[in-house]
Amino acid sequence: MAIHPPERRVWWNEPIEKDEIIWIVIAFLWGLVMFGAMVYWHIEGRQNLSTQAYRIDPALFEKRTAEFTKQFKVREEGTTGIPVARPMAGGDVYMLARLWEWWPVLELEKGRSYRLHLSSLDWQHGFSLQPVNINIQVHPGIEHVITMTPTETGTFSVVCNEFCGIGHHTMVGRIHVVEPGSTAGSKPQ
Amino acid sequence: MAMATAETGVIGGVAARFRTCPASGLKIDLAAQRLIKANAVAAVVFLAIGGIFGLMVALTRWQAVHLLPADMFYLVLTAHGLDVLLLWILFFEMAVLYFASAVLLNCRLAAPRIAWLGFALMLGGGLLTNITVLQGQSSVMFTSYPPLQAHPNFYLGLILFAVGALLGCLVFLGTLVIAKEEKTYEGSVPLVTFGALTACIIAIFTIASGAIILVPTWLWSIGYISEINTVMYKLVWWAMGHSSQQVNVAAHVSIWYAIIAILLGAKPLSEKVSRTAFFLYILFLQLASAHHLLVEPGVSAEWRVFNTSYFMYMAVLGSMIHGMTVPGAIEAAQRRNGYTRGAFEWLRKAPWGNPAFSGMFLSLVMFGFLGGISGVVLGTEQINIMLHNTLYVPGHFHATVVAGTTLAFMAVTYLLLPLIFQRQVIWPRLAKWQPYLFGIGVAGISLFMMGAGTLGVARRHWDVAFSDAALSFAYPAAAFLMLALNGLSAILAATGGALFVVLVVASVLWGKPVDETNIIESLGPMPQRQVGDAVASYGNAGTWKLPGTYILVSVFFTAFVLYYFVNWKYLSQLWPMG
Repeated sequence: MAIHPPERRVWWNEPIEKDEIIWIVIAFLWGLVMFGAMVYWHIEGRQNLSTQAYRIDPALFEKRTAEFTKQFKVREEGTTGIPVARPMAGGDVYMLARLWEWWPVLELEKGRSYRLHLSSLDWQHGFSLQPVNINIQVHPGIEHVITMTPTETGTFSVVCNEFCGIGHHTMVGRIHVVEPGSTAGSKPQ
Repeated sequence: MAMATAETGVIGGVAARFRTCPASGLKIDLAAQRLIKANAVAAVVFLAIGGIFGLMVALTRWQAVHLLPADMFYLVLTAHGLDVLLLWILFFEMAVLYFASAVLLNCRLAAPRIAWLGFALMLGGGLLTNITVLQGQSSVMFTSYPPLQAHPNFYLGLILFAVGALLGCLVFLGTLVIAKEEKTYEGSVPLVTFGALTACIIAIFTIASGAIILVPTWLWSIGYISEINTVMYKLVWWAMGHSSQQVNVAAHVSIWYAIIAILLGAKPLSEKVSRTAFFLYILFLQLASAHHLLVEPGVSAEWRVFNTSYFMYMAVLGSMIHGMTVPGAIEAAQRRNGYTRGAFEWLRKAPWGNPAFSGMFLSLVMFGFLGGISGVVLGTEQINIMLHNTLYVPGHFHATVVAGTTLAFMAVTYLLLPLIFQRQVIWPRLAKWQPYLFGIGVAGISLFMMGAGTLGVARRHWDVAFSDAALSFAYPAAAFLMLALNGLSAILAATGGALFVVLVVASVLWGKPVDETNIIESLGPMPQRQVGDAVASYGNAGTWKLPGTYILVSVFFTAFVLYYFVNWKYLSQLWPMG
């Protein structure tokens, strides 16, 4: 029994049942399939996490995001006073995380690719795009550049899903996706 | 009673007091027995405290109840993780280590004073961290990711606790050496001890990782170090945090084998296969730190793919092997015991009224189906983009650590009460229902959290309605329903957990004493053993085929493959990114 020493001293010569071997082989091959699936997705799949990342001083990232926002600001989001930036399609986009907001609000065109720059000014945050459900960890001092292509129009929210203190659950940002060529700020304010 | 039958033996020049176990004839070192009791009692106390915190968390996330205010919620959530994931589990594992070494090897425990020092450090460290959290200065979650900073005593308590656990591991290893030297057993160590050794080796790795990261973090919190690299912290912290869950896996798989050996007379189908499966854990499980770095900036794709798969799923292979050999050993034993009709008579006629068996089997099924499959899916590099930091993550690990480990530990407690505490389980009719109550509750917790996570709901989040946020947002209505069902399941699980604590405490205090006249009946219902099966020296030899087990693993494998590819299908619908 499993609570006693093996009854035969030389237990490593005992034969293994054929059916047990079959299960081991199936499980091993399934492991190879699952391993291969991740490699395959890097070659053929369209949802892979970017590995482009740089060390950056949080103050510099804040400055760049502010400049970006100033350059592309089209309006303010409702009555909140948060600027909405509508960058050129295919261009660089900045969004910063800090206690407790994602800034600025972005307006993107459907079907166009953007280089999204993400970083935090203070603690770690979690970029969680809803209801699309894309989740990326955001670190202070690291600028993560992700090429992203929205495939549907609408209003999307960025929730923080890394605990960041007492205001964590109030940290919400927003991304609008509009049809290409539609006029900026044409929607009711 | 223990003291009445104790005898003093001198072994290797060291005096030790023994009693002889009436069930097995093994000599039980009274020093080991006291340590097993102390660690098990401390474990159950922290389970009770941490379980209450867990219920409060679930009732807060149930939006209609929303029990706690935000600051208390984050505080209680931090304490919940600490008390159940760390303290309950590790105290119990110390008891398992001492049982699997001194008791099963018929040996005295090495250096009981060191073991007591370890216990004191664990208790002191655990209390220090708990007090620091409850004082409200350290609501940083169990993971305490920098630059979020806790009070220095938060880290100090964890370091003391880890040193204590390390001492326990060393006592276990020392006992193995003594048993070998003094020839207290013949041949190789039992499979259960081998599994416990696996757990111990991984535990030493995790404690070392913990020291490497917690000592500098502690120094950072008191100002001697200016900065902790946030990605490096996660890499090393999770070498402790995730690998310690593999300690649990090795420990609870060992317990599965132990329970079926004691109750059913089950033998491993093949010592070679089961031991190799444990060995795969030692070789590959440490790579699991990568599971927490799948959506971090600055980590290469090759590193992620290699490590998140435990080097081509070799550790998953180990668990899939146990997933077949454990039910296989039950089936072989039951068929030897005479339950040979059809594919499943062996399972129908298993001792379902014995909480040790039902707890063990529920643990096996739920660990495999809920915890195992969800873990592999969650740990798939690209699929993690959809699930990282959502409630899917706690859904997964409640299936592994609560339905798997905790339920297995509860199950074996029903055997430790008569064997080590020498007390009968009080109120056996209530005890019979406890594993089902707890098990069904935990299954609900796991499934509904995974469901909410699939809908995007963030973990560690006080308000899914975002009522205080400047920009409005709410998760879909289905997510609110999932959280309500999670709350109801938590009430069920908490009831089962409370019943367990009450049963253990009452049995220890007022249970009927166990001696040689009633020891077998005190282990609870078990099937009649077939006499004269000495021919079969290992589980496979001269027995029937195991059709029931093959059907079970086929169902498991089909569910695994389908669910795996469904998630790839979901992923392919996400916004393209790279």
